[in-house]
Amino acid sequence: MTLTPALQRTVDDFQAVEERDRLQLLLEFADELPELPQRYADHPDLLERVAECQSPVYLFVEVDDAVHVHATAPAEAPTTRGFASILAQGLEGASRDEVLAVPADMPRLLGLDRVISPLRLRGMAGMLGRIQRQVRER
Amino acid sequence: MTESEPRFAEYAAPERLVSTEWVAAHLDDPDVVVVESDEDVLLYEVGHIPGAVKVDWHTELNDPVMRDYLTPESFARLLGEKGIGRDTTVVFYGDKANWWATYALWVFALYGHDRTRIMDGGRDKWIAEGRELTREPSRRPAVDYPVVARDDRTLRAFRDDVLAHLGRPLVDVRSPEEYSGERTTAPAYPDEGALRAGHIPSAASVPWGRAVHEDGTFRSREELEAVYLDGAGLRDADDVIAYCRIGERSSHTWFVLTHLLGLPKVRNYDGSWTEWGSLVGVPIVVGSEPGEVPAR
Repeated sequence: MTLTPALQRTVDDFQAVEERDRLQLLLEFADELPELPQRYADHPDLLERVAECQSPVYLFVEVDDAVHVHATAPAEAPTTRGFASILAQGLEGASRDEVLAVPADMPRLLGLDRVISPLRLRGMAGMLGRIQRQVRER
Repeated sequence: MTESEPRFAEYAAPERLVSTEWVAAHLDDPDVVVVESDEDVLLYEVGHIPGAVKVDWHTELNDPVMRDYLTPESFARLLGEKGIGRDTTVVFYGDKANWWATYALWVFALYGHDRTRIMDGGRDKWIAEGRELTREPSRRPAVDYPVVARDDRTLRAFRDDVLAHLGRPLVDVRSPEEYSGERTTAPAYPDEGALRAGHIPSAASVPWGRAVHEDGTFRSREELEAVYLDGAGLRDADDVIAYCRIGERSSHTWFVLTHLLGLPKVRNYDGSWTEWGSLVGVPIVVGSEPGEVPAR
């Protein structure tokens, strides 16, 4: 089980700062969550709801030569947006095998256990699990 | 402090509510601190009422080790650092129709901080009205807050209190699915862990959200009376315990029953279903009927 290089950089960035500042980092990721490509924005039926998350977050995975994760979550759910953004950016362009090799407890590596309720971290693990399942199915 | 606003006059304790207009007019009032409490730990950072400080339910109001609220010393330190004095009027607001704001207000009440208000409609109403938000964290000068013992008897119920209370009014404020035992967590929420599903015998089911309108403001007194006094049979109730999953949604109902309807004695069972649903040897009921209290 290994992280993609991009996810490893994100984990390193989180580990390099104090707990309080990790929230700020997560907020930056939330701000950076890319808009859905128009082809998915017009077809909400293609998106999968992540039931493990408290806020309505939807995602879709494309697999061609590489994996591309698209996700959307409302502005009033910044924590969820942050997690979706970390995964979308951290898995972008990775190979199928690289995505499937990401350990299920990857969210815990961010060091947010004490500043974010455990429910939310489980929500992120739910997102990762669904992304990996979609990759396996394609 | 000011008198209450006429629009809230119908409630039992009208001074417990303030409007968004009132808050907008008191942002520079040195005796008032506005506190945002949300479910989402990052929401304050995305934008908050100018001057408002953040109190996070998960990281700041709970003891980091034991399942309990802060020690009196920690509470005094927290409020002092936030610039809240013992005589400061605290106005809470937050997301989800003030769900977490009422939770924070209830926790403050355990330490006897009584000058507390809820901004009716919460964060969503403030935003819907196009009022100013800022990302600038508010820094207030620290003050000395006295160390005050926490009163765990008046507003709070523990599992043994609930056992002894069986047969008297109980309100389960969770979703119908949680009440009947189809699930142990709110719809669309992840599993938080309880070994059995269902409700405490004889508890009336009144999901907390029935107390608010679509825009998050509280329903009129008449509507609230229809829901709680008639619907849940609390008209002559002199001793009520409310519960949910960890005590947050039931804080909202506690606020309504205590301050808007003026019931004389209402306690919040914060152990709630995550405790009761895992306790060995306590009775529970499955299904949509309240069920009978077992003979003792």
